[in-house]
Amino acid sequence: MTAARLVTRRVVELLVVFVGVSFVIYAMVFALPGDPIAALGGDRPLPANVVAQLREQFHLDEPVWRQYLYWLSALLHGDLGTNFAGQSVADKLALRWPVTITLALTAWLIEVVVGVALGLWAGLRRGRAADKAVLAGTILASSIPVFVVAVSAQLLFGVRLGWFPVAGTAAGWPMSYLLPAACVALFGLASVARLMRGSVIDTLHSDFVRTLRAKGLPRKEIVGVHVMRNSAIPVLTFLAVDLGYLLGGTVVIEGVFNLPGVGNLLFQAIRAHEGPTVVGVSTALILVFLVTNALVDLLHAVLDPRIRHA
Amino acid sequence: MRDTGTPGTGLGDPGPDTTVPDTTVPDTTVPDTTVPDTTGLPALDENVEHSEQAARRGVWRTLRRRVLFWACAATLVVLVAVALVPSWFAGWFGQPDPRACDLAASAQPPSAEHVFGTDLQGCDVYANVIFGTRNSLAVGLLATALAFVVALVLGTLAGYHGGWADRLVSRLTDVFLGFPFLLGAVVVLTSIGTRSAVSVALVLALFSWPTMARLMRSSVRSVRVAEHVEAARAMGLRTGRILLHYVLPNAIGPVVAVATIMVGSVIVAESTLTFLGLGLRAPSISWGLQLASAQSHFQTAPHMLVFPSIFLTVTVLAMITLGDVLRDTLDPQSR
Repeated sequence: MTAARLVTRRVVELLVVFVGVSFVIYAMVFALPGDPIAALGGDRPLPANVVAQLREQFHLDEPVWRQYLYWLSALLHGDLGTNFAGQSVADKLALRWPVTITLALTAWLIEVVVGVALGLWAGLRRGRAADKAVLAGTILASSIPVFVVAVSAQLLFGVRLGWFPVAGTAAGWPMSYLLPAACVALFGLASVARLMRGSVIDTLHSDFVRTLRAKGLPRKEIVGVHVMRNSAIPVLTFLAVDLGYLLGGTVVIEGVFNLPGVGNLLFQAIRAHEGPTVVGVSTALILVFLVTNALVDLLHAVLDPRIRHA
Repeated sequence: MRDTGTPGTGLGDPGPDTTVPDTTVPDTTVPDTTVPDTTGLPALDENVEHSEQAARRGVWRTLRRRVLFWACAATLVVLVAVALVPSWFAGWFGQPDPRACDLAASAQPPSAEHVFGTDLQGCDVYANVIFGTRNSLAVGLLATALAFVVALVLGTLAGYHGGWADRLVSRLTDVFLGFPFLLGAVVVLTSIGTRSAVSVALVLALFSWPTMARLMRSSVRSVRVAEHVEAARAMGLRTGRILLHYVLPNAIGPVVAVATIMVGSVIVAESTLTFLGLGLRAPSISWGLQLASAQSHFQTAPHMLVFPSIFLTVTVLAMITLGDVLRDTLDPQSR
C-alpha cells in the first residue's frame, strides 16, 4: 500500500470515529432528561421570555440531530460552544493548555526514563530478585487508584516532608510539576517497564543476538546498541499512545494538586454541573486523543515496514 | 484522567481487515504472535513450559499449584464475605453501625473504641470501610458481568459470522474505544440525574465491553479455522452446537482473564468517579465517598484517608493479580 493511501485511509477512519464519538457524546448529554435552563434559575423560576430567548439561543427546541449539526459546524470553526454564563469554552481552554501540556510532557519524560530503565534492568536479569521486584512493583503501581496515589503523595511529600509544594503552580517548573507528574506517570510507567522487559527478553532470544554473541561482540555492545534499539519499537508505540492518555488523563491530578490546566477546568465544570463546558472540554480532550492515536499508527507504519507493506 | 487499561488483544490475526492498524490500540502484532502485547499489564512472567503444562494437565491442575492464585482467591473470598454480611464483620470492634455517628467525636484518630478512628461526622471509619465493600464489589462485578455478556455475544457474532456483522461490531468498538474510558463515563454520568450502584455499573459496562468484544472476536476467529471446528462443520452439526461445544470453550479463556482484570479496573473507575463527585452519592456508603470527604482534611486526619485506601488497593490488587495468573494459564499466547 502506498504511503498516500495509508494516510488517506487512516484519516477517513479518524473522521468516521470522530463523528461517531462526538455524536454519542452529544446525544447522551442533550437527549437525557433534565432541563438545563430550569436548572440555571435555581430555586426561582425564570421569566417566560428569558426562558424562550435562552431556548432559542441554544437551539433547544429543535431535534437532537439538528442541534448536533449546529454544534458540529461550530466545532469545525474552532468553536467549542459557550457555557450558560456566556463564556467561550475554547477561550477558557486556550488559557489552560500550557499547564496541561507541561504536566503531560513532564510525566511522559518520567515514563520514558524510569520505565525504560526499569524494564531493561529487569529484562536483563530475568527470573532473579531484581526482576521479580520490578514485576511486583509494576502490579502494585497499576492497582492503586491514581487519586489515592495523588493524595497520599501530597500528604507525604508535600505536607509532612515539605519537599514539594502542596498545590498550585506558584513554584513554577519543575518543582510544582514534579510530584503531580510522577503521580500521573505511575500507571503508564508500570506498563512501559513491563513492555520493555518483555521486549528485551524477546530480543535476547532472537537469532540475530545469538549470531552477535557467536561472533564475539562484547555484551555491552550487544545490549547497548542492538538489544536496546530492537526492543524499543513496541515501547515507542505505547509511549506515543500514552501521550494522548496523559493529555486527557490529568483531570484527577489537576483537581487534587489544583493546577490550573484543562483537566482542572473539567473537574470544576463537573462540580458546577456545567453541561456545555463538560462536553466542550471532553470533546477537545477526546479529539487530541484520536489525533495522537492516528499519528501513532502512521509513525508505527514508518518504523515497521511489515505494516506498511501488509 | 487515566484510562484504566485497554488491554490489547495480543492475538494478531491475519484477517482481511487487519491490514490497517487499529484505531485505538495499535496492534503491535503483525501476523506474528511472538510480539509482546501492548496491554497496560502484560502477563506475569511465566516459563514457557507453563503453557504446555496447561495444555497437558488442564487449567485447574496448573492453577492450584500457584501460591499467588490461592493468596488472591483467599483475599477475594474474605472480601465477598464482608460484602455479604458486613454487620457481622463490623461488630468485631464494638461499632457495628456505620450510621451511628457522634458529631462531638469528629475526626478522632484511631483509638481502642474506634480502631480506625472516626470521620468528619464522627462515624466509625472501620464500620464504614466494611460496609463500603459491598458497593465497590457490586459495581465491579455487575459492570463486568454485563460487559462480558455483551462482549461474548457480539464478539462471537463478529468473529464467527464475519461479513457485515464483523464490520458493524468492529466500527462500534472503534467508536467506543475512541473514548478514554473515564472521560466517556464522566460525560454520561454528568447527564444522568439519579445515581445508584446499578446506574454507575451500567455506565461503566457501556465503556468496558468493547475491549473484551475485540478480544473475543480475534479469539473466535483464530479458533474458527481450527481443524476440530472444520471437522464439526463437515459433520453437519448445527451452528449453535458448534459454537457452544467447539468454539467457545477454546476461545473464552483469554476473555475470562481480561474480565477478571476488568473487575479491578472498574472498581478503580467507580471510586475515581465517586471521588470526582460523579459516582455514588451520600447517603450511600462507599470507599470513593469516604476518600472524597477525607481529601480536604488529610492534613489533620490522615487516618480517614489511609484505611479506605488500603481496602481499595488490596481489593484491586487481588483482582488484577488473579486476572494475571489466569491469563498466564488460560491464554498460552501471552507470556
